[in-house]
Amino acid sequence: MLALLAAAPALPLDEAGKYVAGAYIVFLALIVIYVAIMAAKLQRIERELRELAGFAETRANGDQAAPARERATSDV
Amino acid sequence: MYGKGLRPLSIATVAALAVSLSLVFFYAPLDADQGFVQKIFYLHVPLAIVALVGFVVGGVFAILHLRSGDSRWDAYSYVSIHMSVIFGVAVLITGSIWAKASWGHWWVWDEPTLVSFLIVFLMYATYYPFRYAIEDRERQARYASVFAIAAGAFVPLNFMAVRLAQSLVHPRVFATTNGGLPDTMMLTFLASLLAIGLLWVTLVKFELTAKSASGQLKRLRRALDAPAPGEASRVAPEVG
Repeated sequence: MLALLAAAPALPLDEAGKYVAGAYIVFLALIVIYVAIMAAKLQRIERELRELAGFAETRANGDQAAPARERATSDV
Repeated sequence: MYGKGLRPLSIATVAALAVSLSLVFFYAPLDADQGFVQKIFYLHVPLAIVALVGFVVGGVFAILHLRSGDSRWDAYSYVSIHMSVIFGVAVLITGSIWAKASWGHWWVWDEPTLVSFLIVFLMYATYYPFRYAIEDRERQARYASVFAIAAGAFVPLNFMAVRLAQSLVHPRVFATTNGGLPDTMMLTFLASLLAIGLLWVTLVKFELTAKSASGQLKRLRRALDAPAPGEASRVAPEVG
């Protein structure tokens, strides 16, 4: 790769350069926008998953506490 | 389920993109006719090829969906088409920039290659309203599959029709009768095609993974939300 880079011609920065840069920047921007949207979606999924995990834990604790309460009231 | 192998695939894609960009800017010679502007070719043409192949692949997945009734194939078909539409946007924009640099116009309406790609793109742009206009999920998937098959069959027909049309403007660089591409340019082009193809596969896999996670989350929410007899729902309503 180093030999390849050493033998590389100098990039001509004339009129054509801005068009080439524009095309590659547009492509990069589209990919970045897509990845950003997907990252936001994944963050939402993660947040909802945390909420559901918390809810499931609360419900499981409630279910465990209910039989204990029933036993306590029947003892009285 | 879909996320398996996503990390090595992503690494391979980034490596392939880095190699192809190095080849484009440091290895491929400048075009004698167009000069530096021709570097857009290594982005624009692979994007177009991958987008069109992606549309056909979406049609193939749709056939598998109709044959098996498995909704997994419908998801594959939808995501393939979705990704190809995004690539299609990139094709149109990079093509316009190249046209402006080479021909002095952003768009040439009497050029069959440009107009035919626009027709294919607009046809697939109608896929979304068509699909989501149907509420019943099963009918939605079935009708979307029929659309994907019909449109997928149109893509190669359209391509052949354009090749048969005699264009005076759009270059035919793969034709061997007029010389075609030199080896260095061909190697660079193939590396770019591989990199863009890998990018398409990675993004499809990424989106399928996200869709699968979202679907499983909804199932979990429904299961947890199922109230005991005489009890109201305790989970907040779904967002989005």
